[in-house]
Amino acid sequence: MSANKISPENRLMTWFRFSSPATFYPLAGRLIPFFWALTAIFGAAGLWISFFIAPVDAVQGDGYRIIFVHVPTSWMSMFIYIMMAIWAGLGLVFNTRLSAMMAQALAPTGALMAFLSLWTGAFWGKPMWGAWWVWDARLTSELILLFLYLGFMALQASIDDRRRADKAGAILALVGVVNVPIIYFSVKWWNTLHQGASVSVNKSPSMAHTMLWGMLLMALCFWMYSIAIALMRARVIILERESHADWVRTLKEVG
Amino acid sequence: MSLNQSSLRADAITCVRGERALFTGLDLEVTSGEWLHIRGENGIGKTSLLRLLSGLSKPAAGCIFWNNQPIELDPDDYHRNLLFLGHRDALKEDLTALENLVIASALDDLTVSEEEIFLALHRFGLRGREDLPVNCLSAGQKRRVLLARLLLRKAKLWILDEPFNALDTQAVEMLSGLIAEHIAVGGMAIMTSHQVIPMPNGRVIQL
Amino acid sequence: MNAFLAVIRRDLLLVMRRKSEVLTIVFFFMIVTSLFPLGIGADTALLRKIAPGVIWVAALLSTMLGLQRLFATDYADGTLEQMALSPTPLALLVGGKITAHWLVCGLPLVLLAPVIGIQFDLDANTLGTLILALLIGTPILSLVGAIGAALTLGVRGGGVLLSLLVLPLYIPVLIFGAGAVYAQSVDLDIGGHFSLLAALLVLALFFAPWATTAAVRIAIE
Repeated sequence: MSANKISPENRLMTWFRFSSPATFYPLAGRLIPFFWALTAIFGAAGLWISFFIAPVDAVQGDGYRIIFVHVPTSWMSMFIYIMMAIWAGLGLVFNTRLSAMMAQALAPTGALMAFLSLWTGAFWGKPMWGAWWVWDARLTSELILLFLYLGFMALQASIDDRRRADKAGAILALVGVVNVPIIYFSVKWWNTLHQGASVSVNKSPSMAHTMLWGMLLMALCFWMYSIAIALMRARVIILERESHADWVRTLKEVG
Repeated sequence: MSLNQSSLRADAITCVRGERALFTGLDLEVTSGEWLHIRGENGIGKTSLLRLLSGLSKPAAGCIFWNNQPIELDPDDYHRNLLFLGHRDALKEDLTALENLVIASALDDLTVSEEEIFLALHRFGLRGREDLPVNCLSAGQKRRVLLARLLLRKAKLWILDEPFNALDTQAVEMLSGLIAEHIAVGGMAIMTSHQVIPMPNGRVIQL
Repeated sequence: MNAFLAVIRRDLLLVMRRKSEVLTIVFFFMIVTSLFPLGIGADTALLRKIAPGVIWVAALLSTMLGLQRLFATDYADGTLEQMALSPTPLALLVGGKITAHWLVCGLPLVLLAPVIGIQFDLDANTLGTLILALLIGTPILSLVGAIGAALTLGVRGGGVLLSLLVLPLYIPVLIFGAGAVYAQSVDLDIGGHFSLLAALLVLALFFAPWATTAAVRIAIE
């Protein structure tokens, strides 16, 4: 079967084939239902653990369970930002349109995760400490991350020339990704300096194993969801931007 | 290639603006002592072509060579030999003609004395106007300041976008004379213009 | 005269010919800082406490005003293009423009801050710390802000978009800068703040000109 064996060069070429929107579009279409299925599975498992398995907290009662959404969304918001910056950076270096489209597709989902993290943080804070908002390091950094996402999306939306929008967004995302650790560190510094909120959304009691599992499963659920949504959005972006191409006109969604 | 010969060559370049390809697979070459006239209607891509050739934007496909070396390899060296004049004057309105040229020369990495600048300005009829802010000059006079810059710079390759615009008959003659001199000593020029350029011995490229 | 100095000289000459642009920024700084006591009350203890934050935020906003003009006029009249076509590396020329911006928008704030500080009843040591912190911090604001200015060149909604992009990036400078002044006012150690500010300055000096140059090239493509 040596005639059918794919040599290393051919394998690389096979991967680069998918960097063309025309080949990526159907591939993404086939993968999306798979990721939705994973989202449902992980979500069901995660929610089951969150609500039924994880023990009631001695101090915080049942309300603390919102942490199973709050922490995973925080993780995802930062993970997506890094992925967005990587895709945008690849698009800038290799001049590939698809990488830039992926970055554009990821941004709204990342912003949503950041927003959910803030919102669930508020819902956790209110019954626990009587305040909708506390200026602790994590929540404040999350707020700034939301601004970074909104800035990226606003910049891309303001530039009419798509290629210029891609490249400008890439620079902004790369500058942002370098700044996120700096911002986080400076906010932590500021927080300890001013002896701000004496309680922290961060400071959860020593976590039972089950709680950790719950958070991990929910994190996986949100990850699969993000991939599914990003792929769907990427397909829409491809249709919009490549609408003049022949292969688009032959699609049944379009024709 | 003999010692003082230079050449600019474009190999199969493609220009994309927005989602449209303005032109594909264009070949072009100009060597010392030649000049090219790029002709075409509005919007066909003349200015885009000039910007590609000067290195301001990158072609979607193909490569541009200066003395057989891709311009991306040593852009500073290429730019040392290039003078590009676009639609806009690139003059600071609040500064005088003299100040504009002194600073432009410094940016072009040239050592030029004030006396040489005065002589250049006088040649193009701007005697007595060297120390006025540029916004006090008429449009035609502003373009003449640019002619002075062409003279001072002594670059090998001139890429000029609609250079005869806004010039009166006398200035048109001055510019033609200047370009002819430049070509005669082995310089090169690439120009766009709607009209027929009043100069002999050019090749025309129709887009 | 080399190209870097030529760029600075040109920008300074232009500012001298139209002084109103610089004076507007200085007046803005003074007015904004005066708004706070008017809005909050003249309790000197309270003013002393909020002074570092207020002065720093006013400095951020004033720098932002100046950023919009950093590349916009050059972009519009074709001068920026000519800089990109110069044999001198564009990064050096961009560095020159940023330096000129700081001289025009940052340095006046440093010089004016003690006057504002006195309005807020800060003592001499704190005023000294304020000047030093602004001296290190305002160049960072010019450097990082230039990236935003270059990214938004010729873009719709430029000014507001610029604020959205740049203000989050300014937060670390604000935290360490205002923190240093506040720490001095309550006799805490300021060494840490200044080391971090200095580190940010070094980082910005190395990376911001490159990011800005890349953004400028994208804008003029």
